[in-house]
Amino acid sequence: MSSPALSRQEERAVIRSVDLQRLRADFPILRLKVNGKPLAYLDNGASSQMPQPVMDRLTRYQTQEHSNIHRAVHYLSETATAAYEGARAKIQKFINARESREVIYTRGTTDAVNLVMHGFGRAFLKEGDEIIISQLEHHSNIVPWQMLRDEKGIKLQVIPCNDAGELLIDTYERLFNARTKLVSITHVSNALGTVNPVKQMIAMAHGQGVPVLVDGAQAVPHLAIDVQDLDCDFYCFSGHKMFAPTGIGILYGKAALLEKMQPYQGGGDMILSVTFDKTTYNALPYKFEAGTPPIAAAIGLGAAVDYLNEVGMDNIAAWEHELLAYATGQLEALPGVRIIGTAADKAAVLSFTIAGVHPHDVGTILNEDGVAVRTGHHCAQPVMQRFGIPATARASFALYNTFEEIDQLVAGIRRVQKMFT
Amino acid sequence: MDSKQLYQELILDHNKKPRNWGVLGDASHRAEGLNPLCGDHIWVALKIRDGTIESIAFEGESCAICKASASMMTTNVKGKPVEQVEQLVQEFRDMATGKLDVAAQAHHLGRLAVFAGVKDLPSRVKCAILPWHTLHAAFHNQQSASTEGEADPMGSPITGRVTQ
Repeated sequence: MSSPALSRQEERAVIRSVDLQRLRADFPILRLKVNGKPLAYLDNGASSQMPQPVMDRLTRYQTQEHSNIHRAVHYLSETATAAYEGARAKIQKFINARESREVIYTRGTTDAVNLVMHGFGRAFLKEGDEIIISQLEHHSNIVPWQMLRDEKGIKLQVIPCNDAGELLIDTYERLFNARTKLVSITHVSNALGTVNPVKQMIAMAHGQGVPVLVDGAQAVPHLAIDVQDLDCDFYCFSGHKMFAPTGIGILYGKAALLEKMQPYQGGGDMILSVTFDKTTYNALPYKFEAGTPPIAAAIGLGAAVDYLNEVGMDNIAAWEHELLAYATGQLEALPGVRIIGTAADKAAVLSFTIAGVHPHDVGTILNEDGVAVRTGHHCAQPVMQRFGIPATARASFALYNTFEEIDQLVAGIRRVQKMFT
Repeated sequence: MDSKQLYQELILDHNKKPRNWGVLGDASHRAEGLNPLCGDHIWVALKIRDGTIESIAFEGESCAICKASASMMTTNVKGKPVEQVEQLVQEFRDMATGKLDVAAQAHHLGRLAVFAGVKDLPSRVKCAILPWHTLHAAFHNQQSASTEGEADPMGSPITGRVTQ
């Protein structure tokens, strides 16, 4: 591969492109042609694509291992249970949770936030108590707390952001008072890509004796997460944004807190004993996993964790950083294109507007070029309101994206601009 | 389909220079239209005299498809009896949802047939229809219209239709 004729930089580029091609070969869907053009899938913030090893794991489970878990004594039930719990152990290690019982399977990030709203918020908050959220939240970290507000008469405090899309930490500090009972903030903004200084924000909250929930849906596929180092009290994320199936997600919670919390749903598997007089709840994590879970999806999430570990989270972060830097440079050079979200610390998300063109028209026309971007308010309308825009187009990158795909995006944007002049 | 078929000169022109854009001071009927999913948000105001649309105006924030649809709607319906326009609303809706084939079936849509291509883009159908829903709501003094749920003045949901 190396040749004396290549400069070091060129050589690095060659190695990288070879690795990237091998990596891309793991994702069959990336070979699709859309409208006769090679697919440039730049909507990973909404959902990422699945690599063959995860699909193979799902097939193996369905063809050789499937039964219900934690139930029967027969071979298949034991095999399925071992695979399901094995996946939990992988996830525990992946986020460096202290114990596997701190890792609760949910349907996704939204479900995880709702679990905490119910089990912690409903159980412990009283009228007049306050929860701090931020301007950058996804609706899934706003609406559950508004439901609790309307039910309990609590108050929501919102951390504002500056024009770059960075949270104002000084203001955050001033939002605390004796009634503050929870901070619930996103790790990475889905609409802008801002990486919030959550470790610092958690330390500040703990200084006031307030626990912190971190919405990690947009962080986990891109950054190495260590929940013990962050010292967060809750951390939520979704499988389908990290190369696993839909319908599975994780709530990490500190055991001491989870122990005190109310179960979210009642049913099978979450109980120790049931009589018509009294039910005794099961231990963690099962207390929060009522009913038959999405077993295959959970095992798929374990396989996705294996895949991410194999590629290496540091390699992923480094490559995505290059993608973001390249895409940012390319879009900045286009007259009439405005990048929304210019935080110093950003994940691989690029939201933009084109002067005189509505983002939905941008999305439809880019689709003709095989370029998949998200257009709209990204379930983060308060972010759009902050920047005084109805919507943006958003390119969000994953480990398999290429500079060529960014070039395809840029060519598409030029075509949009030409059509609308 | 190729977006060039949808984003034709006529549509791009009406997007760039929307006709009857603005506020109508002496309106007798008005309604607000909102597509909650994509954020298209328009206002339609009318002056109806003796059952005929004497004047009409619209304004708002929307994509090109919605704005051009609204603009062409205003030029088309001005001077027409409400009854006739109600039929046009239905025909436009049927065209956009693929129930009316403008090439094969009789209709009164004229140049509005330029929007026929939207039926192949399920996510954009509602953009084209919103102005017409809003007009319908204004006729019936319904303050706000949407393409969704209870605020859908046509009382029947538009479901996306995927064509290969």
